[in-house]
Amino acid sequence: MADLVVNLAGIRSPNPFWLASAPPTNSGYQGMHAFEAGWGGAVWKTLGDPIVNVSSRFGALHINGQRMIGINNIELITDRPLEVNLKEMREVKRQFPHHALIASLMMDCNRERWHELVKRVQDVGVDGFELNFGCPHGMSERGMGSAVGQVPDLVTMTTEWVVEVAEVPVIVKLTPNITDIRYTARAAVKGGAHAVSMINTINSLIGVDLETGYPIPNVAGQGAHGGYCGPAVKPIALNMVAECARDASVSVPISGIGGIATWQDAAEFMRMGATTVQVCTAVMHHGFRIVEDMIDGLNQYLDRHQMASAMDLVGTSVARFTDFGRLDLNYKVVAHIDEKQCIHCNKCYIACEDAAHQCILRMVDGDGSERLVVDETECVGCNLCAMVCPVEDCISMIPLESHIIKTAHVG
Amino acid sequence: MRLAQAQEENSALHETIYGELTRMQVMREANRCLYCYDAPCVKACPTHIDIPSFIRKIATDNVLGSARVILQENPVGASCARVCPTEDLCEGACVLGEQDEPIHIGDLQRYATDFVRARDVELFVPGALTGMKVAVVGGGPAGLSAARELAVMGHDVTIYEAKAKLGGLCTYGIVPFRLPMDVALWEAEQVVRLGVHVRRNTVVGKDVSVDELLHSYHAILLAYGLGKVPRLGLEGEDLAGVLDAIEFIEKVKTGEDAGQIGDKVAIIGAGNTAIDAATSAKRLGAKEVTLFYRKTAREMTAYPFEVEFAKQEGVQFRFQCTPLRFVGDGQRVQRMELVETELKEVEGRLLAVPKPDSMFSVEVDTVIRAIGQTKLSELADLFGVSEHEGAIRVDNGCRTSHPKIFAAGDVTFDKGVAGEAMVVEAAEQGKIAAKSVDRFLATYWETQEQIF
Ligand SMILES: Cc1cc2nc3c(=O)[nH]c(=O)nc-3n(C[C@H](O)[C@H](O)[C@H](O)COP(=O)(O)OP(=O)(O)OC[C@H]3O[C@@H](n4cnc5c(N)ncnc54)[C@H](O)[C@@H]3O)c2cc1C
Ligand code: SF4
Repeated sequence: MADLVVNLAGIRSPNPFWLASAPPTNSGYQGMHAFEAGWGGAVWKTLGDPIVNVSSRFGALHINGQRMIGINNIELITDRPLEVNLKEMREVKRQFPHHALIASLMMDCNRERWHELVKRVQDVGVDGFELNFGCPHGMSERGMGSAVGQVPDLVTMTTEWVVEVAEVPVIVKLTPNITDIRYTARAAVKGGAHAVSMINTINSLIGVDLETGYPIPNVAGQGAHGGYCGPAVKPIALNMVAECARDASVSVPISGIGGIATWQDAAEFMRMGATTVQVCTAVMHHGFRIVEDMIDGLNQYLDRHQMASAMDLVGTSVARFTDFGRLDLNYKVVAHIDEKQCIHCNKCYIACEDAAHQCILRMVDGDGSERLVVDETECVGCNLCAMVCPVEDCISMIPLESHIIKTAHVG
Repeated sequence: MRLAQAQEENSALHETIYGELTRMQVMREANRCLYCYDAPCVKACPTHIDIPSFIRKIATDNVLGSARVILQENPVGASCARVCPTEDLCEGACVLGEQDEPIHIGDLQRYATDFVRARDVELFVPGALTGMKVAVVGGGPAGLSAARELAVMGHDVTIYEAKAKLGGLCTYGIVPFRLPMDVALWEAEQVVRLGVHVRRNTVVGKDVSVDELLHSYHAILLAYGLGKVPRLGLEGEDLAGVLDAIEFIEKVKTGEDAGQIGDKVAIIGAGNTAIDAATSAKRLGAKEVTLFYRKTAREMTAYPFEVEFAKQEGVQFRFQCTPLRFVGDGQRVQRMELVETELKEVEGRLLAVPKPDSMFSVEVDTVIRAIGQTKLSELADLFGVSEHEGAIRVDNGCRTSHPKIFAAGDVTFDKGVAGEAMVVEAAEQGKIAAKSVDRFLATYWETQEQIF
């Protein structure tokens, strides 16, 4: 069994699995249950000035019978009094001294008020802070959350204020609702952040109720844009993590967030540079218990790859993520259809025919049976046919002889 | 046809009734599972395997972890995946059953356990030694399950097994096309790997005395199952061609030559053993296999899916009749005489009584007796434990009337109480017994004086 302990900018946790600042980290009751279930860390639901939350708050995207592929929410930060939260945080930390307890903070752009909040929360013994510069709805209209996270100078300035008084590591949580996340990540580093986390939720409207015409979710028939998360956002998050990981100016560790539900998702984020990963939607869907398989699965994976520590996995694929201009234009793969596995749905044929390069041929053999064959001279190696094929491994993309990758596999 | 011949590879006897699952099927099914919380399937499984957890692990491609979850709760989970009456157990409780199809839990369990069977992985490790010695009499599902648990707890376990191989009825008694022998042997191997000693070909009560066991071990677990098929007590029963179903199936499974069975085979009985004997005879090439039962289809104790399977295999059923005698040429049975019956309720019990003037006879080449299994009362008597109609009496913790003797599996099976005996029940009882033994051993030296 590998050692799953990780260290993110000085914050140690028994494993890389953290709960993101969200509904699952709303109270001490939940925190205790989460740590008992095996979560290595938790970022408490964002603390700040008192607010009132609306009802209802969430909307879900279901696709073809798969429920909650994504959810969007219009919930704000904690609506519980600060003293209550602090008291519970202190208790959780007392009972789980070796788990990572992080306080997520949000405040308006006022140095004194930030100082005051940081000091008060620091007092309960948290292991770190996460500055919520990402919340895209409700708070941003009041000049907080993503309103800060979208302006690099504000990110730098606010981070500086926090670092001035913080005695524990400061993580800056970034919003994806910008053109290039590296700019705000660099701004956070410039302001003294010890780590960055990403992504917060993405601006979204999940749907419209076709009978009533109301947006989903609705509050007395009216809706507003919300924040999108869940498995559907994973590729966006993974890209942002990877971009920051390979950016020399973003020289701090990363906590990856966005659609992580399994140990496999986590391992991908870690390979792309995340030291810890944060989970919300999957827990909202299934409960804290999912962490058991995340731990078990990651352990087996590390064993299989002969890595003694989870830290060994961090960043192992970053060097393979590069600028487009550096990709080898001479490299070529072509599709190969395994006749034995083919079930003859012709999905690859029509995909290539109508949406790619018309290079899959339907051959009819002497006995009248059909066979799908790739015209390798025409195939550009786009992967589309392999992607639409319902049979795993039936279509493989084969590098042409002269282009077999010579470098060893990472990790 | 010679049985030995039929044992050859790819013969009908080895073609399992379930095909290999494709990855597409496995993934679809695993992802269809709702991953319920406090799931009813877990409660319906006698060994309480965390089914949603093992299925989620398949979905996340952590198949080794999945198998460990299964085998953790059920040391014979690979056998159970094939022989459990899942419609009545886990799958019957699946919440999707109401509006969709239940998850094929047994199939997924088979996939995960097959995955680890194909790989040499260490699944469990023995516990730190406690210095306490436990004898397990019988290496079937109950004995193996208990031995695994006891070894993990650190006790020094010795299994005494009458036969050459471990696994009990899973190895010798359940037909190969439902449960291949290598599955049961692999499970036994996992237990032996934990340092459990095994005395094979050793019949307790004959090759080793009960007294010797009582003096050499701190605790004893009786898990020796049941005996052969009881005799019908009819004329002509000793003719060649009148077989005991348990012996017959054992020969089918081990490839031992049992001679010819001919074209016309009659099975007497209506439980799972009768069905297994019937389908085996069919797969051996018998043309006409008929199951004769004195009551009706409703009273059959065989699982409905088993009966359905037998019908598909071409087995015929003849209800409400009972054999009177077997007639032969002095050597081999040729004919069976029967009488029709009618059902009567006598003092609340449904009895099959012969109908007057309804005798008839059928031609047979072979008759297979399959009316259940005898209780091994003599052995229980030697151990001095109390019984009820041949079944060893145990408390909730599988403890017998003797303070250092425990019992699990078919030895405790009381017809009046439960339905058909099951592998999964035997496994659970083995676990329960192991826990009780462990508790008993923890206070062994304190209670020593009171006991002896
Ligand atoms: C034909 C048939 C089909 C069945 N089909 C199913 C099915 O589909 N599903 C299901 O769940 N269950 C089925 N069962 C029932 C199931 O096999 C039993 O419930 C289960 O095997 C009981 O386990 P056990 O360990 O108690 O006993 P057994 O499996 O009988 O094991 C007892 C062991 O003790 C050994 N032994 C006996 N006497 C001695 C002695 N004196 N000294 C040393 N060792 C001794 C025996 O050799 C044997 O290995 C079937 C049974 C039969 C006969
Ligand atoms: S052991 Fe049997 S009852 Fe339990 S989950 Fe497996 S197949 Fe179902």
